[in-house]
Amino acid sequence: MVTLMAPDATAPTSDSSTDVRPGSDAGDTTTDLDTASVRDLNQALHDSVGAASWTVTKPGGKHSLAVGITADVDVTIEGHAGYYAAGMLQKGRVTINGNAGVGLAENIMSGTVHVRGDASQSAAATGHGGLVVIDGNAGARCGISMKGVDIVVGGNIGHMSAFMAQAGRLVVCGDAGDALGDSIYEARIYVRGSVASLGADCIEKPMRAEHLEELGALLAAAGRSEDPSDFRRYGSARNLYHFHVDNSTAY
Amino acid sequence: MCGIAALQLRNPSLHPRMGSLLSSMLCQIVDRGPDSAGLAVYDTPGLVSDGTSTVSLLGKHHGMEIDGILTSLNDMLSPDARSTVKIIGDTTLISAAVPTALLVKAVGETLPASTIIGRGEHVAVMKGVGHPMDIAAHHGLESMAGSQGLSHTRMATESAVTASGSHPFSVADDLCLVHNGSFSNHATVRRNLEREGVVFDSDNDTEVGARYIASRLQQGDTLEEALINLGKVLDGFYTLVVTTADSMAVVRDPIACKPAILAETEDYVAMASEYRALAALPGIERARIFEPEPGKVYTWSL
Repeated sequence: MVTLMAPDATAPTSDSSTDVRPGSDAGDTTTDLDTASVRDLNQALHDSVGAASWTVTKPGGKHSLAVGITADVDVTIEGHAGYYAAGMLQKGRVTINGNAGVGLAENIMSGTVHVRGDASQSAAATGHGGLVVIDGNAGARCGISMKGVDIVVGGNIGHMSAFMAQAGRLVVCGDAGDALGDSIYEARIYVRGSVASLGADCIEKPMRAEHLEELGALLAAAGRSEDPSDFRRYGSARNLYHFHVDNSTAY
Repeated sequence: MCGIAALQLRNPSLHPRMGSLLSSMLCQIVDRGPDSAGLAVYDTPGLVSDGTSTVSLLGKHHGMEIDGILTSLNDMLSPDARSTVKIIGDTTLISAAVPTALLVKAVGETLPASTIIGRGEHVAVMKGVGHPMDIAAHHGLESMAGSQGLSHTRMATESAVTASGSHPFSVADDLCLVHNGSFSNHATVRRNLEREGVVFDSDNDTEVGARYIASRLQQGDTLEEALINLGKVLDGFYTLVVTTADSMAVVRDPIACKPAILAETEDYVAMASEYRALAALPGIERARIFEPEPGKVYTWSL
């Protein structure tokens, strides 16, 4: 274990096997954010090569931690993260042993983000792919405009979740707030608890064998033990796809 | 954007640290509103005292020497009121052992051009334009003791960047309001309040919220009821924190446009716009940390 202190930490330039540098594949690197800056952390993560492993201590709710990662790295944040943690993740796995602020894993492309606590609003917003697991609750607008990301929430989610969702799967082991799936296109939503209300054009749909199977796989991927048959499925009624002829007289 | 940091200290042994704790919280929300700021502190020795009313005035120059102010107050209130005038940073604090309404009247007649930004037996309110940490340092926040503290960093949208537009707005005895967001129908509500005889100090939308709450409280609402009624009358985006002599309330608009996070321990209740403002509080690792539900009024009393 080494501690990243220097602000000029850069990618390894030599193949020296004795020199443990941030981002090398020689083991675990610890970055203490009491001393290192977020910019240094992210730059070092961007510069890392190989299957590196990172531990971030004293995050203190700082924003934009571990964003834009394009390397196959494991990042563990020991504490609470601020806004936009693990945003734009393209590769690797980010684990937050605490809560995450607004915009967790925003625009995630692939890889895995796991929050052991709660996540604030707009978790996994606009996510294109990958898996976002939140063990606790997620706030309002979870999965807003999701475009292919899979989201598994152990607790409840807030209002307007999966708003204008286009693709992907949202799994909620607790309850969902008001206006779930408002103006949804094609994402699939599975909720185990109650739904306060469904949004425009979102309806309950039957759970067929293929849905039980995909839900089982998502729960397993998230390390959860819920029974897929306890969930209900929601999705698009597809009534908002096209212009409604009755409105033609409005012009 | 604006930033809020508020602290209610349940454990009296923390009271001497109120200013330093609030200052450390304020430091983390500067980015959210660097143009101006304001502070309200409760039961701070040296600023307010038991059995005495205190009026906070914007600015330190009022076109009259301190002796002249004291002579006028002694004439109006009698020397037994033991009137005092203190300059703290850019704020003038006038205290006297008379009911608050009487002191407000006497100060208003003595200094008709000055703006009263705080009143009551427990609270002192300070505001300024500039970097929030400079304003806090100028007023000596770091060394202030107290039971509650409220701070706001402003990124002005609905009215000008002026000290009088800074939050908190304190328009009734020991009542303060800070706001992150904007009220969209404030002009309508303002007109309705003006018809009822309410007088405004600024063009600020948040002042409308504060005067509305004060009006509801005067009509017999509890703080919780007043905030529920505010949600029915005022439209817009808001996270609000309201403090009184012995309580603190937090409410977010029903759509939850603006952030808020709370930390509660046996020793304190702390609210901030972002978690990073709470991260340095003592015992935060054992605190119950949660985001207030949209549209729900939370209150805590000392």
